[in-house]
Amino acid sequence: MARLVKLYSQIDHIKEQYFIRNRIAEENRARENAAAIKIQSWFRGCRVRVYLNHLHKKATVIQKVWRGFTARELFRQRVKTAYFTMKMNFYNKMAVKIQQRWRGNYVRKYIHNYYARKAYLEELTQKNEQIRRDLEEFAELQRKERERISLEREEQQKCIQAQKLHFLLSTKQCPGIFNSPFRQAPDEMELRLQKVKPLMVRSATTDRKSRKTRPQSPRQPDSGHILPPIHSKQPQGPFRAAQEVQQQRSRPLEPSLRVATSITALEEARNELKRQEWRTRLIDQPFQPFSHVHNNKTYERSVHTSAPFEQVAYGNKYFREQNTEQLQGKKPFKTVFTTCHVFDKFGRLYSKAGNIV
Amino acid sequence: MSQRHVLQVFEQYQKARTQFVQTVAELATRPQNIETLQNAGVMSLLRPLLLDVVPTIQQTAALALGRLANYNDDLAEAVVKGDILPQLVYSLAEQNRFYKKAAAFVLRAVAKHSPELAQAVVDCGALDALVTSLEEFDPGVKEAAAWALGYIARHNGQLSQAVVDAGAVPLLVLCIQEPEIALKRIAASALSDIAKHSPELAQTVVDTGAVAHLAQMILNPDAKLKRQVFSALSQISKHSVDLAEMVVEAEIFPAVLVCLKDPDEYVRKNVTTLMREITKHTPELSQMIVNAGGIAAVVDYLGDSKGSVRLPGIMMLGYVAAHSENLAMAVIVSKGVPQLAICLVDEPEDHIKAATAWSLGQIGRHTPEHARAVAVANVLPKLLGLYLDTESSEDLQVKAKKALKSILQKCTYLPALEPLLYEAPSNILKHVICQFSKVLPHDSKARRLFVTSGGLKKVQEIKAEPGSAIQEYINAINNCYPEEIVRYYSPGYSEALLERVETYQPV
Repeated sequence: MARLVKLYSQIDHIKEQYFIRNRIAEENRARENAAAIKIQSWFRGCRVRVYLNHLHKKATVIQKVWRGFTARELFRQRVKTAYFTMKMNFYNKMAVKIQQRWRGNYVRKYIHNYYARKAYLEELTQKNEQIRRDLEEFAELQRKERERISLEREEQQKCIQAQKLHFLLSTKQCPGIFNSPFRQAPDEMELRLQKVKPLMVRSATTDRKSRKTRPQSPRQPDSGHILPPIHSKQPQGPFRAAQEVQQQRSRPLEPSLRVATSITALEEARNELKRQEWRTRLIDQPFQPFSHVHNNKTYERSVHTSAPFEQVAYGNKYFREQNTEQLQGKKPFKTVFTTCHVFDKFGRLYSKAGNIV
Repeated sequence: MSQRHVLQVFEQYQKARTQFVQTVAELATRPQNIETLQNAGVMSLLRPLLLDVVPTIQQTAALALGRLANYNDDLAEAVVKGDILPQLVYSLAEQNRFYKKAAAFVLRAVAKHSPELAQAVVDCGALDALVTSLEEFDPGVKEAAAWALGYIARHNGQLSQAVVDAGAVPLLVLCIQEPEIALKRIAASALSDIAKHSPELAQTVVDTGAVAHLAQMILNPDAKLKRQVFSALSQISKHSVDLAEMVVEAEIFPAVLVCLKDPDEYVRKNVTTLMREITKHTPELSQMIVNAGGIAAVVDYLGDSKGSVRLPGIMMLGYVAAHSENLAMAVIVSKGVPQLAICLVDEPEDHIKAATAWSLGQIGRHTPEHARAVAVANVLPKLLGLYLDTESSEDLQVKAKKALKSILQKCTYLPALEPLLYEAPSNILKHVICQFSKVLPHDSKARRLFVTSGGLKKVQEIKAEPGSAIQEYINAINNCYPEEIVRYYSPGYSEALLERVETYQPV
């Protein structure tokens, strides 16, 4: 109870105190509230900040990773592109090189090659000069040749003239007309006259005889038996010259054609030929002889010819016709050799019996 | 009357006939006697003598007839109308070689004058008889027959075809191979006459292997034979590329050039003709000849010869140059242009000048370099002179104009163009100014030179219709210069200046 009394005793005080304290509390409440709010706000702010900070850090990590990823991707891309462009540039450069070589080669080969043309033209000038020189030389050569020939001809003419005029040669006693005593030197003709031999005038008969005897040399050894020698000294009397006798002795047998060949020789030969042909013939259908192939060939029209007509066969068929009816009963003409041996023995016989006077 | 008296009459008659015929034959050699003989009725008297019993009289009568027919075509016609030809043709197959020769001579003399007369000879069946005589042993007869065949064939293609169809060509080729020069000559000439008409006929000649035999004879010392051989080769090669190649394949080429130095003028001419006929076909053939040094030889030939024999050489250079610019350059390098320029001045004949102008045009038309080479030879004023000369023929004028035009269109060598500014008529001037308008914008030295040489002044004086091509070229030239200079050189500038003096008010 005391306590209650105590309390009763103290009620006023408590009431006062209560008011005082209420007032004080009332007075401090705004401040404290503000402070609490401040504390709260600070704390919350701290917390949020920490959280935000945390979030930021996370975001940064994410961003960092992402950015790194994309950047690396981009970089790779760029490197690839750069590499590609570099490669392309290189390829293009190389392609240009190839193209320029090829084009150069192509143009030089097929279209126009300046250096080749220059070389060709130079070569051509050289060739032209050479040809000019050659032709000049050749012309000179020809001219000399012609001059030489004309000189020779002139010389020959003069020679013949000199031969003809040989009788004008000067003698010891009397100078010829080309060797005038009133001149210092004799004429050119005089020297020529001295050099040439006079022109010999031969009669026809002596000429023939000399021609006949010339091929047979007198010292020709006989083919067969040896005949007794003939003295070269001319014996006295109406005898022939030793040489003539020698010739007559060594003369080989000269049968006339008539004697040498049989009368039927031709026919025999023909028959023999026929038989031989019959024996050796392989095909009965005779070949056209090759030597006359141009006669048997039909004329081939050239492709472009406009003329429609063809070649007419010409030759014996049309021009040298034989009158076959008239020849019907006739026997072929038989040749008989002439018995006259005047011509083939003339001048070669020992005796002069056949000679024409 | 004894037998002797009787025989004497015959003898006298025969002597008289012989003397008559011989005298007529002798008289017929002189042209002044021919008319008298004709008026005296010699034809009708000679005709029975062709059938005379004595061979000598026959031959001499034929000889006299031949000489008469050779003289002019009236007499040749008289021979045809007198029905003498069948008789001759008949005897050509029958008689001895002397008579054959004389008969072939008459046929030749008749056929030589005109295609109609030659046709008359052919109609008589002379071809077969002549071809048969080509097979004769005697070279004289062959020669006469070949000669007659050649004269028949030379007129036109049909006659020539008839000769070919008679089978003459192989025999003529055989005749070429004979040793006698005269026979070779005549046979080559006959082949040439046959080949000249058409490609088919030439092909027929080639088919018989004539080219090889002809080619063998190009170095023969006989000049007349060479003439005929080259003529035959050129007639063969002129038709087509194939034939020309056949001729070239006979390996005539370096050897032929030697003949360009032959003393005989016509050999040289025919060689050049052959080269012309070959070069005109293709660039390859031309190239072949150029490589063999043919151009230099031809240029030398042009220098050596005078007159109409130059023509084939000039044309050959033109043909070669026409094929390609390379070949044209070859002609220039071979000093062809100065030679042609000399020909252009020297030659009096218009057709040669025309050919020269054409050739120069062909050389200069390819590139500026070619045109320059031509212009340096001072050809342009001469061509212009020929074009403007009223005495030149129409053909020459046309050729000169064309050549001038084709050279001018390529020419950039201004010193050569300047003289033309003063002389050329407007249709040529157009090209000259065109060239100036092309060159001046790119060449400062030339611009300066153009002013100092008075060219600009001349250009200002040209009266051109506005809007025409020439006006455009003039404007292009004017644009290369400052305006004052153009005005200074314009006609009437001094008056304009003086007017300004009058109107000027001093302050």
